[in-house]
Amino acid sequence: MDGRVSWRVRHVWERNLKVFLRTWKVSFLPPIFDSLFFLIALGYGLGQFVQEIDGVGYARFVAPAIVAIGIMNASYFETTYGSFVRMYYQKTFDALIATPVSIEEVIVGEILWGATKAVIYTALILPLLAVFGVISLPGSLLLLPLALLGGLLFGAIGLCFTAWTPSIDTLSYPQFLFITPMMVLSGTFFPIESLPLPVQYVAYACMPLAHIVSLARALTLPAAAPLAFGSLLWLAAATALVVFVAVRLMRRRLVV
Amino acid sequence: MTSPAILAEGLEKRFGALVAVDRCSFVVNEGEVFGFLGPNGAGKTSTMRMIACVSPKTGGRLEVFGLDVDEHPREIKALIGVVSQENNLDPDLSVYDNLVVFARFFEIDRAEAARRADELIEFFGLGEKRDTVIEVLSGGMKRRLTIARALINRPRLVVLDEPTTGLDPQARALIWERLRTLRDRGSTILLSTHYLEEAERFCDRLVIMDGGRILIEGRPDEIVRSRMGRSVIEVEDDPAVLDCLAREGIGYERFGDSVHITTDAPEPLIQHLVSSCNPSRISVRNTTLEDVFLRLTGRGLKD
Repeated sequence: MDGRVSWRVRHVWERNLKVFLRTWKVSFLPPIFDSLFFLIALGYGLGQFVQEIDGVGYARFVAPAIVAIGIMNASYFETTYGSFVRMYYQKTFDALIATPVSIEEVIVGEILWGATKAVIYTALILPLLAVFGVISLPGSLLLLPLALLGGLLFGAIGLCFTAWTPSIDTLSYPQFLFITPMMVLSGTFFPIESLPLPVQYVAYACMPLAHIVSLARALTLPAAAPLAFGSLLWLAAATALVVFVAVRLMRRRLVV
Repeated sequence: MTSPAILAEGLEKRFGALVAVDRCSFVVNEGEVFGFLGPNGAGKTSTMRMIACVSPKTGGRLEVFGLDVDEHPREIKALIGVVSQENNLDPDLSVYDNLVVFARFFEIDRAEAARRADELIEFFGLGEKRDTVIEVLSGGMKRRLTIARALINRPRLVVLDEPTTGLDPQARALIWERLRTLRDRGSTILLSTHYLEEAERFCDRLVIMDGGRILIEGRPDEIVRSRMGRSVIEVEDDPAVLDCLAREGIGYERFGDSVHITTDAPEPLIQHLVSSCNPSRISVRNTTLEDVFLRLTGRGLKD
């Protein structure tokens, strides 16, 4: 990106943080309540009818998936709907690039902010899960750096769709064709191993959430699930690639 | 030798097959108020966006304070303040926060940003609204804040794209007054506007653009004097009067329901018209920039 990304990305990030903190009381509630309802409905409601998986109760099985879904939603929705509103309706990006901040810094700043939201949401969900005793500490604190990595990836994925979408309405396509199937098929609510083998391959090849779930589960249930270094590698490589693509696509949309 | 504020030579902007700015050349000197006039789609905004380094040029040469726009966008953007046509204030933030957050983009430290924000709030009469979220401000206040924000980096050049469009006369007057103060302090100002009377009074020099090309450049009074007679005689658009004008060999232009005849010697012509064509309505006034504008860019030309 030929020297167009400097430390100035922090200004984009700071601007978003300032707006977020203005309404923090409202902003902090959704992740907590979403996770609480998931845990009650799945972990304790559905969980009564489910046998132990890999030697753990269903609530403990589903808890890391709740965190993983939170990571995905926080960053993906921030850089799709959030970024689209800033770009298209509020013209925030236009105002930013009239200053020494470059367009590439705006794009990277948005991705970083999406990742930050994933970290914030994870930090809000973790104490809740700890109170219910469904995650093990201190290992689960490593979900925070995982949220940063996963947030970067989903933030960049979201921005690719923002660069592509003609209007805010068409952003629903990636949501029901990509995000929703991923949410239910990534080993979140049932072990990915119960899917037919070819489907498992597809899941691991093109569903980032499957890798985040696998890593999150290894961190919250260290005894039951081995840490998959392959998943870590996959996430790191995918993040680098998608950030690069997101910058290219957004540049093409914004530089006219 | 110091460089001019803006130097454009054969500047061009294409969007695919469309040529928005067609080989334009002009120079804006430091301390000057320079106007871009022209109908919608003339290429004014495209030109200003290239100067502001937010839209890459597709041809020609463009320098701001001697810096090439392609090579030094960051340095140029640090030296200028931009007021775009569309409101791009931060709707989630207060008046004050809009200014201080924007100051950070220029690497202005927090204490200095706070000082400048208060200064600008004072200068633009926004004191009462300092901590109001900008969503509830009136259009005039939003525009004042947008201009205030563009001054946060103490720019050497201020670029304003239609700063008074859509505002009521009071709000417009206030903005012109503040811009005049800026001009008197020595800022270079580049602006586009549809208010020709305001442009005529405010601009040291201006260009009239149409279809991506510069049609005329110069001081407003010179443009008016060189292009048209000193006075405009207006009579009603009536077939009998038009026949009479044609018979008498008097050139005229039709605008809406009236007919304009430009001349340097209005008195004898009025007498002649009254006696030979007998119009029911006749008036005379000084030629304005608007007359030149309409002649250069308008339709219905009949000479």
